[in-house]
Amino acid sequence: MFGYYLQLALRSLGRNRVLTTLMVLALALGIGACITTLAVLRLLSGDPLPGRSAQLYYPQIDPYPKDGYVPGESKPQENLTWVDANELFAAHRAQRQALVALGSAKIQPRDAGGRPFFGDAVMTTAEFLPMVGAPFRYGGAWSAADDAAGARVVVIAGFLNQKLFGGANSVGRTLRLNGHDFRVVGVLDRFSPQPRFYAINLGRSYGDGDGVFLPLRAGRAVKLDPYSVSCWEAADIEHLETAPCMWLGLWVELPDAAAVANYKRFLDGYVREQIARGRFHRTDTALPDLMQWLRDENVVPDDARLQAGLAFGFLLICVTNTIGLLLAKCLRRSREIGVRRALGATRGAIFGQFMVEAAIVGLAGGLLGLVFAELGLWGIRHQPAEYAELARLDLSMFVFTFIVALLSALVAGLLPAWRACAVAPAPQLKSA
Amino acid sequence: MEIRPILASLRKHRIPALLIVLEIALACAVLCNAVFLIGARAGEIALPNAIDEQGLSVVTLTGADPDRAASEIPRNLDALRRIRGVREVAVLNTVPLSGNGWNSNFTTRPDMKPTDKGSINSNVYLMGEGAGRALGLRLTQGRMFTGEDYASASMGSSFMPETHVAIVNQRLAERLWPGQSPLGRKMYVNQYWYQVVGVVANVLRPKQAGAGLPGIYDAAFFPMQPTAELSYYVLRGAPADRERIARQAEDALSGLEPAAVAEGKTFVDIRGDYFSGAASMVWMLVLVCVVMLAVTAFGIVGLTSFWVAQRRRQIGIRRAVGARRGHILSYFRTENFLLSGAGVLLGMLLAFGINLYLMQHYEMARMPWYYLPAGAITLWLLGQVAVFGPAHRAAAVPPVEATRSA
Repeated sequence: MFGYYLQLALRSLGRNRVLTTLMVLALALGIGACITTLAVLRLLSGDPLPGRSAQLYYPQIDPYPKDGYVPGESKPQENLTWVDANELFAAHRAQRQALVALGSAKIQPRDAGGRPFFGDAVMTTAEFLPMVGAPFRYGGAWSAADDAAGARVVVIAGFLNQKLFGGANSVGRTLRLNGHDFRVVGVLDRFSPQPRFYAINLGRSYGDGDGVFLPLRAGRAVKLDPYSVSCWEAADIEHLETAPCMWLGLWVELPDAAAVANYKRFLDGYVREQIARGRFHRTDTALPDLMQWLRDENVVPDDARLQAGLAFGFLLICVTNTIGLLLAKCLRRSREIGVRRALGATRGAIFGQFMVEAAIVGLAGGLLGLVFAELGLWGIRHQPAEYAELARLDLSMFVFTFIVALLSALVAGLLPAWRACAVAPAPQLKSA
Repeated sequence: MEIRPILASLRKHRIPALLIVLEIALACAVLCNAVFLIGARAGEIALPNAIDEQGLSVVTLTGADPDRAASEIPRNLDALRRIRGVREVAVLNTVPLSGNGWNSNFTTRPDMKPTDKGSINSNVYLMGEGAGRALGLRLTQGRMFTGEDYASASMGSSFMPETHVAIVNQRLAERLWPGQSPLGRKMYVNQYWYQVVGVVANVLRPKQAGAGLPGIYDAAFFPMQPTAELSYYVLRGAPADRERIARQAEDALSGLEPAAVAEGKTFVDIRGDYFSGAASMVWMLVLVCVVMLAVTAFGIVGLTSFWVAQRRRQIGIRRAVGARRGHILSYFRTENFLLSGAGVLLGMLLAFGINLYLMQHYEMARMPWYYLPAGAITLWLLGQVAVFGPAHRAAAVPPVEATRSA
């Protein structure tokens, strides 16, 4: 039976080529626009560390003065001061934990005469790379002892190893950073969580990833300045370690709900203690997990959401359009339906026949829509946005495209098919 | 034109009529909001900026030895001044739209803290000598900095300049002292105070900081002697020379500072880069609008064509009993006019609703009322254009059609 419907549907679609082309084209455009924007949205709201993100938390407190404080109306600050970050770090209340600051390091190529260049540098502590699951090609991370000693060691990204050492095993070699020699202890394989959640300055959150990872104290010793410094009082910026300035992030790994509750209690206790000592005045704390932190920071730009909304509006118009055209086609065939009914076809059979026709339009629309989506993503890859290069269709989006296409077409086909099977056979035959 | 027969016939084709109305309503709603968004983004891209944008080239120098800045900056400026076609050269801590912001919260009373709600966030431009002329700032009140202002100003250990003079732009002046003359008034950041000696026309900030126009315009200028914080070299010349000047300046600074990284750009490119996201959004919206209108138009053509084909016999009868071609033509036009009318009415309501929703969830302003009728008229016209072909085909139906059996 299905084969027969297929044959009927193809013949009917072939009879009105212009109308069929219009339907397929409209549906394909709507689907193409939708899939393109959804792929971007998915990329932007994706999980940077699948499997690990649920256990990573970002403690936040508020060292601001009392002035202008209204309890309950303010939010804790995004970053920590050196003093608080180190106190929380030294308490070691989490399974694993790491301090993070971002800077730009001047890298001097080894060959004489090579121009120096700047690379994004992560100043952090020993457990950071293992905690986020960074894969090593050669060597490994540095140790907690290196942290404490401010050892001049560095882990470099694969692309930087390619650029500086031709991809060879560079562990033990020397890299000149900000005019000082650092010993390479590890080379990463491809590691670029999207977005780079630890990049507190979220302006730099997509793209290739960071070039160098080095111990925080060593980085500070060679005058690597953090990108983002926020001070609430007149501050001596030459000595950020004692200044009333926030420039560090702390990531903690908490395996289960009990650990999270414990850590939150610890954080609240720390703040109460600081208030008792007169250092703090505000009680707000927060402990968002990684995905919540990304939501708090609004990593998904409004424009991407607006574009997706617009694309859905557009798809809705295209579906309405398809309903109209399918309906026009089916009403035109009242007589054919009448004959089929008179010859014994049931209402269900007529309904099935028209739904098969709609499904074919849907599949064709989906196929063409996929072409449009690839075209759209190609266009986006040539846009200047940081995330642009990453815009691609993966397998699940590929499947999703067809589901959307088929669903849209079937929804569009419902009304016409229902109208078709409601056609009474007698008057149609009479007028013939 | 009698509309009763049209209404009667539409009642018989309720579903197709409803579909056309729905499609036009959706198109109208999306169109109004999309055009409003395009307008907002295009307005951002075209924000005025009272400096000589066309003639400016900018070279950033990063990684130079901070301890030698005092001697190297004058040497670098001398070298840049020798480039052919360069009229003015100066150095600043940042330039408008560079993305590298220096923000500070200013207050108008010494007892107010920068963390107070009433403090006003502004960008801090540190200007080396001659930067006013090099940028092409337009003074509207008071004076520019004197040589003595520059020589005596230094960078303290904090982010704030050690000086007591400042120039503000008009918008910041209006925000700090609404309705009053800013000249001679003092603004404070903790223990620092600065007296306003001049007001300049509105200059953009390096980077949007917070919502709305204050976030993009508030800026204060301070004098500064050569220090490591000044790393944006600004060169002003004729617009035709800017590309060459940017290139030559980059080469000159690279040669003078082999350990540092110099990067030259024209200001026009800096502006283009800053607004590239907004520009691509505008193009995407324009594309979607055009395609959407085309789809809507083809939808109307398709449905009306079907309609005409279905009514060939009735049209033939009307022609046979004396209706002229013009009557048939106007029948279909009026029908479309009525359907579009219902569609745009619904569409305007929908557009307004979407705008309300966007205002709640995004940083979106209220859509001015005239967008609604403008969108409505556009779709009305679109409907008339789309119905033109099918209506003509209907008018061409010969009266003899009446005698044929359906």
